[in-house]
Amino acid sequence: MPETLLEIRDLAKSFPARGKGNAAVQAVADVRLTLKRGETLGLVGESGCGKSSLSRLILSLMEPDSGTVVIDGEDFLGASVQRKRLMRRRIQIVFQDALSSLNPRMTVGMNIAEPMRLQGLGSARERDGEARRLLDLVGLRASDAERYPHEFSGGQCQRIAIARALVLKPDIIVFDEAVSALDVSIRAQILRLILDLQTEFGLSYIFISHDLGVVRRICDRIAVMYLGRIVEIGPAQPVCEAPRHPYTEALLRAIPIADPRRMRVEELGLIQGDGFGSPKPEACAFEPRCPHRFAPCSVKRPTLIPVGDHHEAACFLNDRSQRKGDS
Amino acid sequence: MTPDAEIALAVSDLRTRFGGDRSGATVVDGVSFSLKRGRTTALVGESGSGKSATALSLLRLIDAPGRIIGGEIRLGGENLLSLDETEMEAVRGAKIGMIFQDPLTSLNPALTIGKQIAEVLLAHKDVSRAEAEARAVELLTHVGVANAALRVNDYPHHFSGGMRQRVLIAMAISCSPQIIIADEPTTALDVTIQAKILRLLHDLQQEMRASLLLITHDLGVVAAMADEVLVMYAGRIVERADVDTLFHAPQHPYTKALLACVTDIGGDRSVPLEPILGTAPDLKQQQVGCRFAPRCPAVQDFCRREDPCLMALSDRQEVACLVVQRERNLMAPADA
Repeated sequence: MPETLLEIRDLAKSFPARGKGNAAVQAVADVRLTLKRGETLGLVGESGCGKSSLSRLILSLMEPDSGTVVIDGEDFLGASVQRKRLMRRRIQIVFQDALSSLNPRMTVGMNIAEPMRLQGLGSARERDGEARRLLDLVGLRASDAERYPHEFSGGQCQRIAIARALVLKPDIIVFDEAVSALDVSIRAQILRLILDLQTEFGLSYIFISHDLGVVRRICDRIAVMYLGRIVEIGPAQPVCEAPRHPYTEALLRAIPIADPRRMRVEELGLIQGDGFGSPKPEACAFEPRCPHRFAPCSVKRPTLIPVGDHHEAACFLNDRSQRKGDS
Repeated sequence: MTPDAEIALAVSDLRTRFGGDRSGATVVDGVSFSLKRGRTTALVGESGSGKSATALSLLRLIDAPGRIIGGEIRLGGENLLSLDETEMEAVRGAKIGMIFQDPLTSLNPALTIGKQIAEVLLAHKDVSRAEAEARAVELLTHVGVANAALRVNDYPHHFSGGMRQRVLIAMAISCSPQIIIADEPTTALDVTIQAKILRLLHDLQQEMRASLLLITHDLGVVAAMADEVLVMYAGRIVERADVDTLFHAPQHPYTKALLACVTDIGGDRSVPLEPILGTAPDLKQQQVGCRFAPRCPAVQDFCRREDPCLMALSDRQEVACLVVQRERNLMAPADA
């Protein structure tokens, strides 16, 4: 079996801007990523950086302007309707707001089994049995299948949503801010469950979050997005401990550490401006906010270049040829 | 840190109930603490622990059929719970400033920002509208809103989340209150914006020598901001300590468990995540024994029968855990 399970090739998507004269918003621009079998890839960035748009493109819930997604060597986005339907079984998603992602008028068991029904799999009895088995697997009771989503807490609803994501026996699950709304102790329970399921079934995950702490904790590799582009990607440890893009660095320094001996409010990193708006087409998108900007940053767009073992960053600071003559 | 800073606000045995007599729940159940002048106190706990209900109780903003059923809130010689509604209105916004989590719903969408800030000043201070509106510009500038003279004419939806939070902060400090209550002020914000808002709150609190009560579920925010920490669980304060003691020598099993499931950027990846099993108790039910007992890894038989109260282990730390108290030979009050 080839090591690469999912390949994202130059995905791009822009949305028309509101108001006259405004340029279209480039939500996702030339994103290239791979996901290996059994791997967890973290996708981090602030609101509006395009991470959720990217997840919807990957799942073919939205049409890209260009680019495609390849699952196990087979073109997913370009597949025929029938073929795509079959391929959808392999990639599932869990959203942030679990309660609103469940159908309130269906029992929990029917919710979990719904993807099977839509795919025409199993008899009603078999589907119900499967829902009950999965409820047990995600730490709820099989008898909960007869209850309705509103009877469950946020953490429990997330378990139900995870059970539903598992029902088609996928290879890949995308978690889009799946633990962001949960309390610390519940978040830890759900993360534990997610990790245990991965070990048990050899699943591959794309874990989207604005919380770099959570991502660092559970991901093998991390991709950092800024205004639609990946600005840094690499193994979790070097990205978090020796970041090579000023944006990653700024993001890391803005996160309070739960230890008053290591960080007090005076040491929180402040970064000027905000990550909204349309960047100049021929410049680094982070340039207006970057504390290290220099000559080339405002006239050229940096591309991802290798900066370490499987570690890439899109910043001229890492590019010797650009730094020449600049001191 | 001086041990006996001046007490700005003292809460004792506060009890707040939501819902009816039979079907309701006492969500704040005998909470006592004090806020010291010029200090930041963090009130930390999970959803439903009663931390927001505590904040709302301090301002007497509990909607019927919810009500405060007991206790005392002393602010400058007065018990806020014995004031009438008109007297209480003179406290809200003037003596106690408040900042809530969701700035969009805390602002009136149909009024300009300048008018909303001026409104607070007009309600509490003897100023003309023109003076109040001029002051609004100064306040906005002070909280870091650029071009404040123009932006006072904008409406809330013209502002980003972080900027709206700055507007709320400007309103909260407009009458120079001694107490500022901030309920999850940065929860909905991105980390880079959060860092700026936290720094702003800290700088203002220092400058005004105000007491800041910061309500949050984020232990990173607590570590960065707090001088003192109150940990709440199921309507009770289970531990109180200065920030260093709380993070480095926590005593209550709940505090320890909470710290063990932190997934922050400073954490050690090799330490396995240790979730707290189970869920918080349903406060609609009669509580017997320690409320954390069903989830507690250190539980003993007596924990299921006796109700612990907060007892001092030192002048830096109080804990409501029978196991810890027995180990240290602390005796429960005779009438308990």
